[in-house]
Amino acid sequence: MATIAATVKPAETTATVTVSYEHPWVVRMAHWLNAVAVFVLIGSGLRIFRAFPSFGPKIPQQDFIDVPGQLTIGGWLGGALQWHFTFMWIFIGSGLMYVIYELATGHWRQVLFTARDIKGVWPMARHYFLFGPKPEVDAAYNPLQKLAYTSTIFFGLVSTLTGMVLYKPAQFWWLAWPMGGFHFARIWHFIAMCGFLAFIPGHLIMVALHGWNNFYSMVTGWKRDPEYLG
Amino acid sequence: MAEDGQYEERRSGEQKPQHVAPEAEPEVQASKAQESEAQATVVPPNVGPAGEPIRVVTPTEHKRMNRRQLLKLVPVVAVGAFAIPKFRQPLLDEGLALSDWASGRLFSRHRLAQTFSSSEVVPFERFPYNFYDVADPGVDLDTWTLKVQGLVQHPGEYNLEQIQALPKIVQNTRHVCVEGWDVIGNFGGARASDFLRLIGADTSARFLEAQCADGYYESIDMATMLHPQTLFCYEMYGQPLDRGHGAPLRLQMPTKIGYKQAKYLLSVSVTNVLQGDRRGYWEDQGYSWYGGL
Repeated sequence: MATIAATVKPAETTATVTVSYEHPWVVRMAHWLNAVAVFVLIGSGLRIFRAFPSFGPKIPQQDFIDVPGQLTIGGWLGGALQWHFTFMWIFIGSGLMYVIYELATGHWRQVLFTARDIKGVWPMARHYFLFGPKPEVDAAYNPLQKLAYTSTIFFGLVSTLTGMVLYKPAQFWWLAWPMGGFHFARIWHFIAMCGFLAFIPGHLIMVALHGWNNFYSMVTGWKRDPEYLG
Repeated sequence: MAEDGQYEERRSGEQKPQHVAPEAEPEVQASKAQESEAQATVVPPNVGPAGEPIRVVTPTEHKRMNRRQLLKLVPVVAVGAFAIPKFRQPLLDEGLALSDWASGRLFSRHRLAQTFSSSEVVPFERFPYNFYDVADPGVDLDTWTLKVQGLVQHPGEYNLEQIQALPKIVQNTRHVCVEGWDVIGNFGGARASDFLRLIGADTSARFLEAQCADGYYESIDMATMLHPQTLFCYEMYGQPLDRGHGAPLRLQMPTKIGYKQAKYLLSVSVTNVLQGDRRGYWEDQGYSWYGGL
């Protein structure tokens, strides 16, 4: 190894790249597994919702919205349930993987949205959506990013807990109580999905705006010429 | 934070790492001077956000590093197997089997489903009739008997009086449909466990199979059959079961989802083996077999 390095080095001293390890393996793994799971769970969830597209009683039934079948996964209620009951494990598993890792390494401090970040949200939103001046950011994640990423953890927690109540109401009836009961669990479950649906387009737009190099760092972890080095 | 400590240490020691891009230094210093209060969160210039040192490498080494990390994401690609038609259904069957297994583990014969006060019970007119084929399969209620077979000491025909002679349980419980709606109803009947004792069932057997007058069929795990709230139900709202709700006898299990609650029972069988294609009408088409709530 040493001899190879020695022979290669002189020729390449001028051509070097600065790389930073941005996203540890656990985070990337959890991110992509979760991305797939959220996609499948929303698609199959909407198909399940089509079977009874209401939050009211069965008699009389008042439909809330008609979700086009083409936007759903599973083909029919039974198929959608299979997708839902399979990918819920991947969703919960990847979520736990991420949260436990962040807690264990202390990295959660970089990304958790706290009261200190509130004042920084509007200037950042103004910059992104209204072409305002770019606020100084001296942390790994800006306040708007922290808000977005922290809210996905919150939506994940809400969809998991409400999902447990919907899946096993006889076992977890006590868990339904703080949600306002079984019917509200179904409403919160739907709202949590809306939270993900609100996050995803903004997230994808930001990924597109920040280009391939930034995107690729979520794939391999390594970011070439990180922007914060100037 | 550890990164900051590391950073400060290196700064004070004047050991500027060689691989730091030199132009980064003045800018970071300037912003540090301006915003002294933000000092604690300044990203150290020689350490990435994940706490790993920033490295200067050859393009070849960079490619190799990327490739190595890419290989470590193979498990994500494995999820892509769901996109291959040949593997899709077997994988989804595995997923459903895992969920059913976990559901069975979660279940306890001693954990009761919630019961409700009579003010929470939905009026009888608003308790939906649900059927897969016909609302009334035309059971002759005068000559009806329940045929009992399988791993029991006393197989044969049982009439409704024999079932009604068992202690009567009346409960207000939630009926949950797989579609997403639910109703709280009033149900009366004999404990399934009492009936199983009456027929001398081998309760170490695994399943109870049920055949219905409308051609519907079901199979239930023994643990659920022995649950104290599992009923052979012959009454709703204090009245004999009407034909649409499964007269004269149906299963009523507050720990199971709606499609498991077989109606118009004709025969039951205690068994250890389920025929692969006769696990339940909807289950054979892809619904969860366990169907536990």
